[in-house]
Amino acid sequence: MLLEIEDVSLLYGRIQALHGISLTVDEGEIVALIGANGAGKSTTMRAISGIRPVASGSIRFAGEDITKLRADLRVRRGLCQAPEGRGIFPGMTVLENLDMGAYTRRDKAGIAQDLARVLELFPRLAERRKQPGGTLSGGEQQMLAVGRALMSRPKLLLLDEPSMGLAPMLIQQIFTIITEINQQGTTILLVEQNAQQALARAHRAYVLETGRIVKSGTGADLLHDPSVKEAYLGVA
Amino acid sequence: MTTTIDPPERRETAVDKLRNGREAISERWHHAPRWVRWVLLVAVIAFFYALPNKEFYQYLGPIPTPGANFTQVMFTVSIYVLLAVGLNIVVGFAGLLDLGYFGFFAVGAYTVAVLTSPSSDIKTLWPWLLVVPIAIALTMVSGVMLGTPTLRLRGDYLALVTLGFAEMIRIAAVSSEFLKGQRGFNQIPHPPGQYADGRPVFGVLDARPYYWLVLTLIILVVIGVRNLTHSRVGRAWISIREDEDAAQLMGVPTFKFKLWAFASGAAIAGLAGALFAGKQNFVNSQNFELLNSIIILAAVIFGGSGNIVGAIVGGGLVAYMIERFRGIELFGVELYEYRFLFFGLVLVVMMIFRPQGLIPNRRRAAEFKDRRKEVIVGE
Repeated sequence: MLLEIEDVSLLYGRIQALHGISLTVDEGEIVALIGANGAGKSTTMRAISGIRPVASGSIRFAGEDITKLRADLRVRRGLCQAPEGRGIFPGMTVLENLDMGAYTRRDKAGIAQDLARVLELFPRLAERRKQPGGTLSGGEQQMLAVGRALMSRPKLLLLDEPSMGLAPMLIQQIFTIITEINQQGTTILLVEQNAQQALARAHRAYVLETGRIVKSGTGADLLHDPSVKEAYLGVA
Repeated sequence: MTTTIDPPERRETAVDKLRNGREAISERWHHAPRWVRWVLLVAVIAFFYALPNKEFYQYLGPIPTPGANFTQVMFTVSIYVLLAVGLNIVVGFAGLLDLGYFGFFAVGAYTVAVLTSPSSDIKTLWPWLLVVPIAIALTMVSGVMLGTPTLRLRGDYLALVTLGFAEMIRIAAVSSEFLKGQRGFNQIPHPPGQYADGRPVFGVLDARPYYWLVLTLIILVVIGVRNLTHSRVGRAWISIREDEDAAQLMGVPTFKFKLWAFASGAAIAGLAGALFAGKQNFVNSQNFELLNSIIILAAVIFGGSGNIVGAIVGGGLVAYMIERFRGIELFGVELYEYRFLFFGLVLVVMMIFRPQGLIPNRRRAAEFKDRRKEVIVGE
């Protein structure tokens, strides 16, 4: 098991955002976490990446208990998150942003190799390599966030709403790239509101409602589950 | 489905041109050949070394201050420039709002005073040069002590705590028996050095050697800071300023680097304080008003926070302009009395037309544009 979350609760002040969540991610998988606005998807991500401390429960990564480990040290262990929305560095150029992704690494040759790979995955970024991140369009910023996370060569890539605010064409494109990244050997945990795409691409998925996991199964199973269909896929 | 709507196209107005960070001067500078830049740099440095000589500045028209000894003014200006360079690390590079920066200056000055002055209770009477590194180290320690609990928090806490810190130092200076309050410490020794005929280099009357000393130290500090900002440390600072969460998600130990920025900034203020004490010969509680912290912060922002040249220009201009008002009368009113009114006006106008400062940092300019976009979207 690459990632194992057991009974994790998390508080924002006095508001409990997560009520005892348990989930697992196996090596090589794409696992999706779907749910409505405010269900606690992004909060779960923050707990895993270490940006928010958990109130109780445990998080294990590659056999090690990382519940209390600092966020930057989790990155060094091979766990990297592409933050939601505008989480790029607006004043740094595209290349400088990607370079920040490799902050924890010192193997120059490997970094150059990964940079070439990212620019190949995202040709738009290659075109705009000298441009400040803040001047990119929403879709390009999203690609930059994913590309930057890849630069740390993570074992587990956490993607928070990679399709948010994108045009349908671009959504297709970014999910194709996600599948490709996975096939090249990176395990992916994905948070999405676009349940249709996420379930179609994921090996397994969890449904989150008001801070609790209410359903889990393979992507295909959930795609055909009547209640999931009604609540998240917009079909009666 | 959401779609992004571009704000309607506007024609570029004069205000936009002012706002745009990429103005002709900096562009030209960056495109000039290497040797041209070196020649200009050497000329500017030579100009500032020559500036406090009467034989030189008497030909400079309105530049010398009418109401005060110009050489003394230049010393004050140089201290402010050093402080601005230091504060720029904290505010400009790491993006930490420090409202009590002058407090560290006070720690540096008082360390020198207590350890060298005969009026001090402990009577160590050490020489100035020996105490300077101690002053820097102590300031750094006080920076770490102040930063450790507060830098873990986000946002405005740091601003409040630093504000409180500077006030604490001031009140301690005013009321503590050990720090002598208004009476202060006298006979603080000067920096060492003698001319061939036995006269000391750093005397009481001539401020020039002190100015040259500070100017030289500014150059050294700037070289150091520049190297630091081009290293991994600098990249970490910038990433923290731009997006602290994202920086942490990229594996940057944000707390550690914030503490580093805070402590290095404090150390530079400590150095400035030690230089000040060594020149003044006398230190008392009136030297450390809260207003000074605000002036330096405003100077950094005015010059262009995040840019070393901006900080130098800002610190120098602000300190100089304040002194320049001295001795000018208009309709029977001494303008010096109203210096902060003008200062405030300039700041307000500046924030409207050029919030990124006189000489902005390229990245900072982009960050400002990015935030303006966010504001437009949020409207």
